Amino acid sequence: MRQQQAAVAGKVFVQRDYTNGTLCQFQTKFPPELENRIDRQQFEETVRTLNNLYAEAEKLGGQSYLEGCLACLTAYTIFLCMETHYEKILKKITKYIQEQNEKVYAPQGLLLTDPLERGLRVIEITIYEDRSMSSGR
Amino acid sequence: MTPGGSGPMREREYSQISTHSSSPMESPQKKQPLARRKWQVFPGRNKFFCNGRIMMARQIGVFYLTLVLILVTSGLFFTFDCPYLAVKITPAIPVVGGILFFFVMGTLLRTSFSDPGVLPRATPDEAADLERQIDIANGSSAGGYRPPPRTKEVVINGQTVKLKYCFTCKIFRPPRASHCSLCDNCVERFDHHCPWVGNCVGKRNYRFFYMFILSLSFLTIFIFAFVITHVILRSQQGGFLSALKDSPASVLEAVVCFFAVWSIVGLSGFHTYLISSNQTTNEDIKGSWSSKRGNYNPYSYGNILTNCCTALCGPLAPSLIDRRGLVQADTPQPAAPSNGITMYGATQSQSNMCDQDQCIQSTKFVLQAAATPLLQTEPSIIGGDEPPLPGKTTIGAPCATLAHGQPTPPSSMPNLTAETVLTDMIPLKEEYEGHQFLTPEEAPSPPGMLPAGSPITHSHTMHMLNLASQDSLHEDSVRGLVKLSSV
Repeated sequence: MRQQQAAVAGKVFVQRDYTNGTLCQFQTKFPPELENRIDRQQFEETVRTLNNLYAEAEKLGGQSYLEGCLACLTAYTIFLCMETHYEKILKKITKYIQEQNEKVYAPQGLLLTDPLERGLRVIEITIYEDRSMSSGR
Repeated sequence: MTPGGSGPMREREYSQISTHSSSPMESPQKKQPLARRKWQVFPGRNKFFCNGRIMMARQIGVFYLTLVLILVTSGLFFTFDCPYLAVKITPAIPVVGGILFFFVMGTLLRTSFSDPGVLPRATPDEAADLERQIDIANGSSAGGYRPPPRTKEVVINGQTVKLKYCFTCKIFRPPRASHCSLCDNCVERFDHHCPWVGNCVGKRNYRFFYMFILSLSFLTIFIFAFVITHVILRSQQGGFLSALKDSPASVLEAVVCFFAVWSIVGLSGFHTYLISSNQTTNEDIKGSWSSKRGNYNPYSYGNILTNCCTALCGPLAPSLIDRRGLVQADTPQPAAPSNGITMYGATQSQSNMCDQDQCIQSTKFVLQAAATPLLQTEPSIIGGDEPPLPGKTTIGAPCATLAHGQPTPPSSMPNLTAETVLTDMIPLKEEYEGHQFLTPEEAPSPPGMLPAGSPITHSHTMHMLNLASQDSLHEDSVRGLVKLSSV
């Protein structure tokens, strides 16, 4: 059976950045393996946007306190009908990653994996083999 | 990799890359006869109920005791004391008692049943990548007799924190995470493993745990106070002894509550202190942030109110382990199956690692076989059987066994022998231990859980049943050694 997908040439893992404590942030350091695949700027912008989204999910503010108190008062049964703020942001993140993959990364032969599928430990970037149609260049 | 082209970013033919996240509808190359849920292949030592909705530790005997104590004491209170008190004093007493009782039960069940914040284990690719980076960092001349200490240092809010590498989960633990040896999982913001609730207490269920012990303190004091009141009021009517005779349940309740009050109220006070200083039990016991060491707590917000609000009313992180998701046939599984071969087919990048791990595994078996006569009385079975096992049984059999734990045999003292045992042994031991319980006791197993095409498995099951106690002894000694060696 022919492989349905392009062959994987390697994977790069962007690790977590713990300098601000246990908040979910990823390192913006550009991995050398992506040197000629993607623009440095583009990559950093993607990671920075993700970091901002995660920071917003874990933000301590009026809304999160209200949600927490309300949940406590209803003995946490409110979560059966309502989505938490964190979950809403995670959905937003999944959409953002998909959009980035379609627009920016897939055309360059890369695929970002949602960190949630890796336990929020890493952003896994799969590098696919160069399957350019140009022959003998 | 990139033949000369015009400019750094050419348009490439990548129409075959699927940008959608893995969907369960994709037909894998290897047809899976039965779609499994992820909890069924979970590598930690947890018990799952209600098709993955409920997650607890393996040993839940003490949890049943907690339930019984609370239910019986409250039941007796509502049955025997409340009617008298409601009439004599006010009907608000059973109402308040009832509210407290439901709150206690709700928070207890929430603490016990939820995921404490387990970190999923690294996928084989991640683990390989980390290993490579560690080797580079150590100059790749490391090795020899001791694996080099695997730590990473990071500066958090001006404080240097060491991140340790977890050999079981193959990750660098985030700050404040710790590996629970009872559940065999790394848990975020690990507080402690509480046998009374039958689960670890970590980031996701700490607030429920705190609410539980706080409300239980109130409930215990409430019941104690009103039971005493009840007895006093009755004895005013007819004398002390006749009061006791009229409501014997009160005596039992008073005794239970008396002993409970000291421990529960003390525990509540302790955890109130921990919350207000934003520490975990783990950190407090180790004295990580004590001023004696010249440290300060980098996680504290400096303000008691903020610390409390964060711990109790902060955002609730979702579970990272996706218990009820379906296992994808082509997704790399975490490196829990001991020899590195993924359960559902190895991808190209993993094949090298598999060969290396196979080699390591066979060496380990040889060592183990050589060392087992020191521990056990039936060495021949183990020595003879082990080499063919990893190739055949690991692929199909332990899918369910790793998830379903049964009460472990009583753990014996770690028996230190001259084995050179590596950590990967422990997941393999888990397979044995789990495996032996699968056949006789796993009644509701879905059809086809035992591998259809592996007759060796069935014959080994019988051996495994006989080796139940020996394996646990061995496991303890292995664990003891690993603790020594992975310093």
